[in-house]
Amino acid sequence: MTLLSFDWALVIEKLILIIIIVLTTLLITLYTTFGERKVAAILQDRPGPNRAGPFGLLQPLADGLKLIMKEEIIPTSASKWLFILGPGLAMTASLMTSAVIPWGTDVHLFGRTIALQVADVNIGILYIFAVVSMGVYGIMIGGWASNNKFSLMSALRAASQAISYEIAMGLALIALLMTTGSLSLKTIVADQAAGPWWNVVYQPLGFIIFFICAMAECNRTPFDLPEAENELNFGYHQEYSSMKLGFYLFAEYVNMIMSSAIMASMYFGGYDLPFFDETTVAPNIAAMIGLGTLLIKIVLFVFLFIWIRWTIPRFRYDQLMNLGWKTMIPLALFNMLLTGALILAKL
Amino acid sequence: MSIIQILFFALSAFAIISAVMVLVSKNPIHSVLWLILVFFAISGHYILLNAQFLAIVNIIVYAGAIMVLFLFVIMLINVKKDSEPQKQFLVKLLGVVAGGSFLTLLVALVKQTAQMQGRTLLMKDGVIGLIHPLGKALFTDYVVPFEISSVLFLSAMVGAVIIGKK
Repeated sequence: MTLLSFDWALVIEKLILIIIIVLTTLLITLYTTFGERKVAAILQDRPGPNRAGPFGLLQPLADGLKLIMKEEIIPTSASKWLFILGPGLAMTASLMTSAVIPWGTDVHLFGRTIALQVADVNIGILYIFAVVSMGVYGIMIGGWASNNKFSLMSALRAASQAISYEIAMGLALIALLMTTGSLSLKTIVADQAAGPWWNVVYQPLGFIIFFICAMAECNRTPFDLPEAENELNFGYHQEYSSMKLGFYLFAEYVNMIMSSAIMASMYFGGYDLPFFDETTVAPNIAAMIGLGTLLIKIVLFVFLFIWIRWTIPRFRYDQLMNLGWKTMIPLALFNMLLTGALILAKL
Repeated sequence: MSIIQILFFALSAFAIISAVMVLVSKNPIHSVLWLILVFFAISGHYILLNAQFLAIVNIIVYAGAIMVLFLFVIMLINVKKDSEPQKQFLVKLLGVVAGGSFLTLLVALVKQTAQMQGRTLLMKDGVIGLIHPLGKALFTDYVVPFEISSVLFLSAMVGAVIIGKK
Protein backbone atom coordinates (compact mmCIF):
# COMPACT_ATOMS: atom_id res chain seq x y z
CA MET A 1 0.00 0.00 0.00
CA THR A 2 2.14 2.83 -1.19
CA LEU A 3 0.70 5.93 -2.75
CA LEU A 4 2.79 9.07 -3.17
CA SER A 5 5.71 6.89 -1.95
CA PHE A 6 4.18 6.78 1.46
CA ASP A 7 3.35 3.82 3.68
CA TRP A 8 -0.39 4.11 4.25
CA ALA A 9 -0.54 1.01 6.44
CA LEU A 10 1.38 3.02 9.04
CA VAL A 11 -1.21 5.78 8.87
CA ILE A 12 -4.05 3.30 9.35
CA GLU A 13 -2.18 1.65 12.22
CA LYS A 14 -1.65 4.99 13.97
CA LEU A 15 -5.24 6.03 13.31
CA ILE A 16 -6.55 2.88 15.00
CA LEU A 17 -4.15 3.44 17.89
CA ILE A 18 -5.33 7.05 18.30
CA ILE A 19 -9.00 6.01 18.26
CA ILE A 20 -8.37 3.30 20.87
CA ILE A 21 -6.39 5.69 23.10
CA VAL A 22 -8.98 8.45 22.90
CA LEU A 23 -11.92 6.13 23.54
CA THR A 24 -10.16 4.41 26.44
CA THR A 25 -9.19 7.76 27.93
CA LEU A 26 -12.78 8.97 27.73
CA LEU A 27 -14.04 5.75 29.31
CA ILE A 28 -11.52 6.04 32.14
CA THR A 29 -12.46 9.71 32.51
CA LEU A 30 -16.10 8.74 32.85
CA TYR A 31 -15.25 6.49 35.75
CA THR A 32 -12.83 9.01 37.25
CA THR A 33 -15.79 11.31 37.84
CA PHE A 34 -17.48 8.40 39.58
CA GLY A 35 -14.30 7.70 41.56
CA GLU A 36 -14.10 11.33 42.58
CA ARG A 37 -17.62 11.28 43.99
CA LYS A 38 -17.09 7.95 45.75
CA VAL A 39 -13.75 9.01 47.30
CA ALA A 40 -15.26 12.32 48.37
CA ALA A 41 -18.14 10.42 49.96
CA ILE A 42 -15.81 8.08 51.82
CA LEU A 43 -13.67 10.98 53.07
CA GLN A 44 -16.81 12.80 54.24
CA ASP A 45 -18.34 9.66 55.80
CA ARG A 46 -21.40 9.34 53.57
CA PRO A 47 -22.46 6.66 51.05
CA GLY A 48 -22.03 8.67 47.85
CA PRO A 49 -23.75 7.81 44.54
CA ASN A 50 -25.37 4.39 45.00
CA ARG A 51 -28.71 4.52 43.18
CA ALA A 52 -27.94 3.87 39.50
CA GLY A 53 -26.95 0.24 39.02
CA PRO A 54 -25.04 -1.96 41.49
CA PHE A 55 -22.88 0.20 43.82
CA GLY A 56 -23.95 3.17 41.70
CA LEU A 57 -21.73 1.95 38.87
CA LEU A 58 -24.06 3.34 36.18
CA GLN A 59 -23.95 6.81 37.73
CA PRO A 60 -21.46 8.30 35.19
CA LEU A 61 -23.67 7.12 32.31
CA ALA A 62 -26.67 8.74 33.98
CA ASP A 63 -24.66 11.95 34.43
CA GLY A 64 -23.63 11.93 30.78
CA LEU A 65 -27.21 11.32 29.65
CA LYS A 66 -28.40 14.17 31.84
CA LEU A 67 -25.83 16.55 30.34
CA ILE A 68 -26.73 15.58 26.76
CA MET A 69 -30.48 15.86 27.33
CA LYS A 70 -30.29 19.32 28.88
CA GLU A 71 -31.31 22.36 26.87
CA GLU A 72 -28.45 24.00 25.09
CA ILE A 73 -28.33 27.75 25.63
CA ILE A 74 -26.07 30.21 23.84
CA PRO A 75 -26.41 33.66 25.40
CA THR A 76 -27.56 36.31 22.90
CA SER A 77 -24.69 38.63 23.82
CA ALA A 78 -22.10 35.87 23.49
CA SER A 79 -19.65 35.67 20.63
CA LYS A 80 -21.23 32.61 19.03
CA TRP A 81 -18.34 30.93 17.22
CA LEU A 82 -15.86 31.42 20.01
CA PHE A 83 -18.46 30.28 22.53
CA ILE A 84 -18.68 26.96 20.66
CA LEU A 85 -14.93 26.80 20.01
CA GLY A 86 -13.97 27.15 23.70
CA PRO A 87 -15.04 23.75 25.07
CA GLY A 88 -13.86 21.96 21.92
CA LEU A 89 -10.44 23.52 22.25
CA ALA A 90 -10.22 22.63 25.94
CA MET A 91 -11.02 19.00 25.16
CA THR A 92 -8.67 18.80 22.14
CA ALA A 93 -5.74 20.27 24.02
CA SER A 94 -6.15 17.87 26.91
CA LEU A 95 -6.41 14.81 24.62
CA MET A 96 -3.45 15.83 22.44
CA THR A 97 -0.95 15.06 25.19
CA SER A 98 -1.64 11.35 24.76
CA ALA A 99 0.25 11.34 21.43
CA VAL A 100 3.73 11.07 22.94
CA ILE A 101 3.03 8.84 25.94
CA PRO A 102 4.48 5.34 25.52
CA TRP A 103 1.70 3.01 26.68
CA GLY A 104 3.80 -0.15 26.56
CA THR A 105 6.55 -2.02 24.74
CA ASP A 106 6.13 -3.06 21.10
CA VAL A 107 3.36 -5.46 20.10
CA HIS A 108 3.74 -7.96 17.24
CA LEU A 109 0.50 -8.36 15.29
CA PHE A 110 -0.13 -9.58 11.71
CA GLY A 111 3.59 -9.62 11.05
CA ARG A 112 3.98 -5.97 11.97
CA THR A 113 5.79 -4.47 14.93
CA ILE A 114 3.40 -1.96 16.42
CA ALA A 115 4.72 0.58 18.91
CA LEU A 116 2.18 1.40 21.60
CA GLN A 117 2.94 5.08 21.16
CA VAL A 118 1.42 7.37 18.57
CA ALA A 119 4.53 9.46 17.89
CA ASP A 120 8.06 8.91 19.17
CA VAL A 121 9.32 12.40 18.45
CA ASN A 122 12.72 13.39 19.78
CA ILE A 123 11.19 16.49 21.36
CA GLY A 124 8.50 14.58 23.29
CA ILE A 125 8.75 16.57 26.50
CA LEU A 126 8.75 19.90 24.71
CA TYR A 127 5.66 18.73 22.82
CA ILE A 128 3.89 18.09 26.13
CA PHE A 129 4.95 21.51 27.28
CA ALA A 130 3.56 23.10 24.11
CA VAL A 131 0.22 21.30 24.48
CA VAL A 132 -0.03 22.33 28.13
CA SER A 133 0.49 25.95 27.14
CA MET A 134 -2.29 25.54 24.54
CA GLY A 135 -4.71 24.25 27.17
CA VAL A 136 -5.34 27.69 28.59
CA TYR A 137 -6.87 28.95 25.32
CA GLY A 138 -9.99 26.84 25.77
CA ILE A 139 -10.66 28.48 29.11
CA MET A 140 -9.72 32.00 27.98
CA ILE A 141 -11.79 31.89 24.81
CA GLY A 142 -14.79 30.36 26.57
CA GLY A 143 -14.58 32.84 29.42
CA TRP A 144 -14.34 35.83 27.11
CA ALA A 145 -16.94 34.67 24.60
CA SER A 146 -19.56 34.22 27.36
CA ASN A 147 -19.64 38.03 27.76
CA ASN A 148 -19.99 37.72 31.51
CA LYS A 149 -17.90 39.56 34.09
CA PHE A 150 -17.38 36.53 36.28
CA SER A 151 -16.42 34.32 33.36
CA LEU A 152 -13.89 36.87 32.14
CA MET A 153 -12.34 37.32 35.59
CA SER A 154 -12.10 33.57 35.91
CA ALA A 155 -10.52 33.21 32.46
CA LEU A 156 -7.91 35.83 33.32
CA ARG A 157 -7.19 34.05 36.58
CA ALA A 158 -6.81 30.74 34.80
CA ALA A 159 -4.42 32.27 32.26
CA SER A 160 -2.19 33.95 34.82
CA GLN A 161 -2.16 30.84 36.99
CA ALA A 162 -1.23 28.61 34.06
CA ILE A 163 1.57 30.93 32.91
CA SER A 164 2.99 31.24 36.43
CA TYR A 165 3.12 27.53 37.12
CA GLU A 166 4.35 26.61 33.64
CA ILE A 167 7.68 28.25 34.44
CA ALA A 168 8.37 26.17 37.54
CA MET A 169 7.14 23.09 35.66
CA GLY A 170 9.58 23.74 32.83
CA LEU A 171 12.47 24.27 35.23
CA ALA A 172 11.65 20.99 37.01
CA LEU A 173 11.63 19.26 33.62
CA ILE A 174 15.02 20.75 32.70
CA ALA A 175 16.55 19.14 35.80
CA LEU A 176 15.02 15.82 34.75
CA LEU A 177 16.39 16.21 31.23
CA MET A 178 19.85 16.82 32.66
CA THR A 179 19.79 13.39 34.32
CA THR A 180 18.17 11.48 31.46
CA GLY A 181 19.91 13.22 28.56
CA SER A 182 16.96 12.65 26.23
CA LEU A 183 13.73 14.42 25.41
CA SER A 184 12.05 11.37 23.95
CA LEU A 185 9.59 9.87 26.41
CA LYS A 186 10.17 6.43 24.92
CA THR A 187 13.90 6.63 25.69
CA ILE A 188 13.25 8.01 29.16
CA VAL A 189 10.91 5.15 30.05
CA ALA A 190 13.15 2.50 28.44
CA ASP A 191 16.16 3.81 30.40
CA GLN A 192 14.21 3.59 33.64
CA ALA A 193 13.07 0.06 32.82
CA ALA A 194 16.66 -0.99 32.08
CA GLY A 195 18.33 0.95 34.90
CA PRO A 196 18.32 0.14 38.61
CA TRP A 197 16.19 3.06 39.79
CA TRP A 198 13.27 5.13 38.59
CA ASN A 199 13.88 8.82 37.95
CA VAL A 200 12.02 9.83 41.10
CA VAL A 201 15.05 8.59 43.09
CA TYR A 202 17.32 10.99 41.21
CA GLN A 203 14.82 13.84 41.13
CA PRO A 204 12.70 13.77 44.32
CA LEU A 205 12.44 17.55 44.62
CA GLY A 206 11.83 17.89 40.89
CA PHE A 207 8.96 15.42 41.11
CA ILE A 208 7.31 17.29 44.00
CA ILE A 209 7.58 20.59 42.09
CA PHE A 210 6.21 18.95 38.94
CA PHE A 211 3.33 17.38 40.84
CA ILE A 212 2.29 20.67 42.45
CA CYS A 213 2.54 22.48 39.12
CA ALA A 214 0.54 19.75 37.38
CA MET A 215 -2.16 20.18 39.99
CA ALA A 216 -2.18 23.92 39.31
CA GLU A 217 -2.28 23.38 35.54
CA CYS A 218 -5.27 21.06 35.89
CA ASN A 219 -7.13 23.67 37.97
CA ARG A 220 -7.62 21.18 40.78
CA THR A 221 -8.24 22.18 44.37
CA PRO A 222 -6.27 23.70 46.16
CA PHE A 223 -5.54 25.56 42.91
CA ASP A 224 -9.08 25.81 41.50
CA LEU A 225 -9.17 29.60 41.76
CA PRO A 226 -10.72 29.92 38.26
CA GLU A 227 -13.85 28.21 39.58
CA ALA A 228 -13.94 29.61 43.10
CA GLU A 229 -17.72 29.54 43.65
CA ASN A 230 -17.81 31.97 46.55
CA GLU A 231 -16.03 34.68 44.54
CA LEU A 232 -16.91 33.97 40.91
CA ASN A 233 -20.29 32.17 41.08
CA PHE A 234 -19.19 29.25 38.93
CA GLY A 235 -16.14 30.35 37.00
CA TYR A 236 -15.36 30.44 33.31
CA HIS A 237 -18.09 27.94 32.35
CA GLN A 238 -20.86 29.83 34.06
CA GLU A 239 -22.84 30.56 30.89
CA TYR A 240 -22.39 27.06 29.50
CA SER A 241 -25.02 24.37 29.56
CA SER A 242 -25.62 20.89 28.23
CA MET A 243 -22.68 18.99 26.72
CA LYS A 244 -20.54 22.12 26.28
CA LEU A 245 -20.41 22.38 30.04
CA GLY A 246 -19.82 18.64 30.07
CA PHE A 247 -16.80 19.10 27.80
CA TYR A 248 -15.26 21.66 30.14
CA LEU A 249 -15.83 19.47 33.18
CA PHE A 250 -14.60 16.41 31.28
CA ALA A 251 -11.48 18.19 30.02
CA GLU A 252 -10.40 18.76 33.62
CA TYR A 253 -10.52 15.03 34.27
CA VAL A 254 -8.77 14.18 31.01
CA ASN A 255 -6.06 16.66 31.99
CA MET A 256 -5.75 14.91 35.32
CA ILE A 257 -5.36 11.50 33.67
CA MET A 258 -2.85 12.82 31.14
CA SER A 259 -0.70 14.50 33.77
CA SER A 260 -0.83 11.30 35.81
CA ALA A 261 0.37 9.37 32.77
CA ILE A 262 3.16 11.89 32.19
CA MET A 263 4.28 11.78 35.81
CA ALA A 264 4.18 7.99 35.82
CA SER A 265 6.23 7.89 32.60
CA MET A 266 8.80 10.50 33.52
CA TYR A 267 9.36 9.84 37.22
CA PHE A 268 7.90 6.41 38.02
CA GLY A 269 9.14 4.15 35.24
CA GLY A 270 6.09 4.30 32.96
CA TYR A 271 5.13 0.79 31.86
CA ASP A 272 7.96 -0.79 33.89
CA LEU A 273 6.74 -3.36 36.42
CA PRO A 274 9.31 -3.50 39.24
CA PHE A 275 11.01 -6.78 40.24
CA PHE A 276 9.83 -8.49 37.07
CA ASP A 277 11.90 -9.51 34.08
CA GLU A 278 9.83 -8.79 30.95
CA THR A 279 12.12 -10.91 28.74
CA THR A 280 10.86 -14.12 30.40
CA VAL A 281 7.41 -13.83 28.76
CA ALA A 282 6.29 -13.44 25.15
CA PRO A 283 6.64 -9.86 23.79
CA ASN A 284 2.89 -9.37 23.37
CA ILE A 285 2.17 -10.51 26.93
CA ALA A 286 4.99 -8.29 28.22
CA ALA A 287 3.41 -5.33 26.40
CA MET A 288 0.04 -6.06 27.99
CA ILE A 289 1.64 -6.37 31.44
CA GLY A 290 3.37 -3.03 30.80
CA LEU A 291 0.10 -1.40 29.75
CA GLY A 292 -1.63 -2.72 32.87
CA THR A 293 1.21 -1.46 35.06
CA LEU A 294 1.00 2.01 33.56
CA LEU A 295 -2.78 2.08 34.02
CA ILE A 296 -2.41 1.09 37.69
CA LYS A 297 0.15 3.87 38.20
CA ILE A 298 -2.21 6.34 36.53
CA VAL A 299 -5.09 5.27 38.76
CA LEU A 300 -2.89 5.71 41.86
CA PHE A 301 -1.94 9.24 40.79
CA VAL A 302 -5.55 10.10 40.01
CA PHE A 303 -6.51 8.86 43.46
CA LEU A 304 -3.80 11.12 44.93
CA PHE A 305 -5.28 14.09 43.01
CA ILE A 306 -8.76 13.32 44.33
CA TRP A 307 -7.52 12.71 47.86
CA ILE A 308 -5.76 16.10 47.92
CA ARG A 309 -8.83 17.82 46.50
CA TRP A 310 -11.06 16.67 49.33
CA THR A 311 -8.44 17.27 52.05
CA ILE A 312 -6.87 20.67 51.43
CA PRO A 313 -8.87 23.92 51.27
CA ARG A 314 -8.50 26.39 48.41
CA PHE A 315 -5.72 29.00 48.37
CA ARG A 316 -6.36 32.71 48.29
CA TYR A 317 -5.32 34.29 44.99
CA ASP A 318 -2.31 36.17 46.42
CA GLN A 319 -1.18 33.01 48.23
CA LEU A 320 -1.34 31.15 44.93
CA MET A 321 0.82 33.73 43.17
CA ASN A 322 3.27 33.87 46.10
CA LEU A 323 3.62 30.11 46.07
CA GLY A 324 4.15 30.06 42.34
CA TRP A 325 6.65 32.87 41.96
CA LYS A 326 8.39 33.04 45.33
CA THR A 327 8.52 29.38 46.32
CA MET A 328 8.17 27.06 43.33
CA ILE A 329 10.42 28.93 40.89
CA PRO A 330 13.35 29.45 43.33
CA LEU A 331 13.00 25.84 44.47
CA ALA A 332 13.02 24.63 40.87
CA LEU A 333 16.09 26.77 40.11
CA PHE A 334 17.82 25.37 43.20
CA ASN A 335 16.94 21.85 42.07
CA MET A 336 18.41 22.59 38.66
CA LEU A 337 21.67 23.91 40.14
CA LEU A 338 21.90 20.97 42.54
CA THR A 339 21.35 18.48 39.71
CA GLY A 340 23.99 20.21 37.62
CA ALA A 341 26.50 20.16 40.48
CA LEU A 342 25.83 16.47 41.21
CA ILE A 343 26.22 15.56 37.54
CA LEU A 344 29.53 17.46 37.43
CA ALA A 345 30.70 15.66 40.57
CA LYS A 346 29.59 12.34 38.93
CA LEU A 347 27.51 11.20 41.87
CA MET B 1 3.54 15.91 -6.37
CA SER B 2 5.19 14.30 -3.41
CA ILE B 3 3.58 14.35 0.02
CA ILE B 4 6.04 17.04 1.17
CA GLN B 5 4.97 19.34 -1.66
CA ILE B 6 1.30 18.80 -0.86
CA LEU B 7 1.97 19.60 2.80
CA PHE B 8 4.01 22.64 1.82
CA PHE B 9 1.25 24.13 -0.32
CA ALA B 10 -1.46 23.29 2.20
CA LEU B 11 0.50 24.89 5.04
CA SER B 12 1.35 27.93 2.93
CA ALA B 13 -2.28 28.46 1.98
CA PHE B 14 -3.26 28.00 5.62
CA ALA B 15 -0.65 30.53 6.76
CA ILE B 16 -1.55 33.15 4.15
CA ILE B 17 -5.30 32.86 4.70
CA SER B 18 -4.84 33.13 8.47
CA ALA B 19 -2.49 36.10 8.07
CA VAL B 20 -5.00 37.87 5.85
CA MET B 21 -7.72 37.17 8.41
CA VAL B 22 -5.54 38.78 11.10
CA LEU B 23 -5.68 42.01 9.14
CA VAL B 24 -9.29 41.76 7.99
CA SER B 25 -10.88 40.86 11.35
CA LYS B 26 -12.65 43.80 12.97
CA ASN B 27 -12.48 42.31 16.44
CA PRO B 28 -8.94 42.35 17.95
CA ILE B 29 -9.63 39.08 19.79
CA HIS B 30 -10.35 37.36 16.48
CA SER B 31 -7.14 38.84 15.08
CA VAL B 32 -5.11 37.35 17.92
CA LEU B 33 -6.72 33.94 17.42
CA TRP B 34 -5.95 34.02 13.68
CA LEU B 35 -2.39 35.03 14.50
CA ILE B 36 -2.07 31.91 16.67
CA LEU B 37 -3.11 29.84 13.64
CA VAL B 38 -0.39 31.61 11.59
CA PHE B 39 2.18 30.51 14.16
CA PHE B 40 0.94 26.94 13.92
CA ALA B 41 1.24 26.98 10.14
CA ILE B 42 4.77 28.35 10.37
CA SER B 43 5.67 25.65 12.89
CA GLY B 44 4.42 23.13 10.34
CA HIS B 45 6.88 24.62 7.83
CA TYR B 46 9.69 24.29 10.35
CA ILE B 47 8.87 20.61 10.78
CA LEU B 48 8.98 20.16 7.00
CA LEU B 49 12.50 21.64 7.16
CA ASN B 50 13.36 19.05 9.85
CA ALA B 51 13.74 21.79 12.46
CA GLN B 52 11.67 20.16 15.18
CA PHE B 53 13.16 22.15 18.03
CA LEU B 54 12.45 25.49 16.37
CA ALA B 55 8.91 24.36 15.54
CA ILE B 56 8.01 23.39 19.08
CA VAL B 57 9.72 26.39 20.66
CA ASN B 58 7.81 28.62 18.24
CA ILE B 59 4.58 27.12 19.57
CA ILE B 60 5.62 27.27 23.24
CA VAL B 61 6.95 30.82 23.18
CA TYR B 62 4.83 32.59 20.56
CA ALA B 63 1.55 30.70 20.42
CA GLY B 64 1.65 29.57 24.05
CA ALA B 65 3.04 32.47 26.03
CA ILE B 66 3.17 35.73 24.09
CA MET B 67 -0.24 35.33 22.49
CA VAL B 68 -1.79 34.51 25.87
CA LEU B 69 -0.47 37.84 27.11
CA PHE B 70 -1.86 39.57 24.00
CA LEU B 71 -5.27 38.02 24.63
CA PHE B 72 -4.99 38.93 28.29
CA VAL B 73 -4.35 42.60 27.58
CA ILE B 74 -6.99 42.87 24.85
CA MET B 75 -9.61 41.20 27.04
CA LEU B 76 -8.78 43.61 29.89
CA ILE B 77 -8.83 46.83 27.89
CA ASN B 78 -11.94 45.64 26.00
CA VAL B 79 -11.53 47.47 22.68
CA LYS B 80 -14.81 48.65 21.18
CA LYS B 81 -15.24 49.27 17.48
CA ASP B 82 -16.77 52.71 17.83
CA SER B 83 -14.36 53.98 20.48
CA GLU B 84 -11.37 53.35 18.26
CA PRO B 85 -9.75 56.76 17.69
CA GLN B 86 -9.29 58.09 14.16
CA LYS B 87 -5.66 57.98 13.09
CA GLN B 88 -3.92 61.27 12.36
CA PHE B 89 -2.66 62.11 8.89
CA LEU B 90 1.03 61.91 9.89
CA VAL B 91 0.56 58.47 11.42
CA LYS B 92 -1.14 57.27 8.24
CA LEU B 93 1.69 58.68 6.13
CA LEU B 94 4.33 56.98 8.28
CA GLY B 95 2.39 53.74 7.98
CA VAL B 96 2.39 54.02 4.19
CA VAL B 97 6.16 54.68 4.13
CA ALA B 98 6.95 51.77 6.48
CA GLY B 99 4.64 49.39 4.62
CA GLY B 100 6.06 50.48 1.26
CA SER B 101 9.65 49.86 2.39
CA PHE B 102 8.70 46.43 3.63
CA LEU B 103 7.00 45.66 0.32
CA THR B 104 10.21 46.65 -1.53
CA LEU B 105 12.16 44.29 0.70
CA LEU B 106 9.72 41.46 -0.03
CA VAL B 107 9.86 42.09 -3.77
CA ALA B 108 13.66 41.99 -3.63
CA LEU B 109 13.47 38.66 -1.77
CA VAL B 110 11.08 37.17 -4.31
CA LYS B 111 13.41 38.30 -7.10
CA GLN B 112 16.28 36.49 -5.40
CA THR B 113 14.29 33.26 -5.32
CA ALA B 114 13.89 33.54 -9.09
CA GLN B 115 17.67 33.39 -9.38
CA MET B 116 17.69 30.35 -7.12
CA GLN B 117 15.55 28.32 -9.51
CA GLY B 118 17.10 25.07 -10.64
CA ARG B 119 19.73 25.08 -7.92
CA THR B 120 19.88 22.48 -5.17
CA LEU B 121 20.12 23.29 -1.52
CA LEU B 122 23.19 22.04 0.32
CA MET B 123 22.09 21.07 3.80
CA LYS B 124 25.11 19.05 5.00
CA ASP B 125 23.28 16.08 6.59
CA GLY B 126 20.10 18.02 7.31
CA VAL B 127 20.05 17.37 11.05
CA ILE B 128 21.04 20.80 12.36
CA GLY B 129 17.41 21.46 13.35
CA LEU B 130 17.27 18.42 15.62
CA ILE B 131 17.92 18.99 19.25
CA HIS B 132 21.31 17.31 19.75
CA PRO B 133 23.20 18.91 16.82
CA LEU B 134 21.57 22.25 17.60
CA GLY B 135 22.67 22.12 21.25
CA LYS B 136 26.21 21.13 20.24
CA ALA B 137 26.42 23.97 17.71
CA LEU B 138 25.07 26.52 20.20
CA PHE B 139 27.50 25.57 22.95
CA THR B 140 30.62 25.14 20.82
CA ASP B 141 30.67 27.16 17.57
CA TYR B 142 28.27 29.89 18.64
CA VAL B 143 28.92 30.01 22.38
CA VAL B 144 29.85 33.71 22.49
CA PRO B 145 26.72 35.06 20.74
CA PHE B 146 24.67 32.59 22.78
CA GLU B 147 26.09 33.88 26.06
CA ILE B 148 25.75 37.51 24.98
CA SER B 149 22.09 37.00 24.11
CA SER B 150 21.50 35.37 27.49
CA VAL B 151 23.07 38.39 29.20
CA LEU B 152 20.72 40.55 27.12
CA PHE B 153 17.77 38.50 28.35
CA LEU B 154 18.95 38.83 31.93
CA SER B 155 19.20 42.60 31.65
CA ALA B 156 15.73 42.71 30.07
CA MET B 157 14.38 40.67 32.98
CA VAL B 158 16.00 42.94 35.56
CA GLY B 159 14.63 45.93 33.70
CA ALA B 160 11.12 44.45 33.67
CA VAL B 161 11.27 43.82 37.42
CA ILE B 162 12.46 47.39 38.11
CA ILE B 163 9.73 48.89 35.90
CA GLY B 164 7.17 46.63 37.54
CA LYS B 165 8.19 47.85 41.01
CA LYS B 166 7.53 51.52 40.18
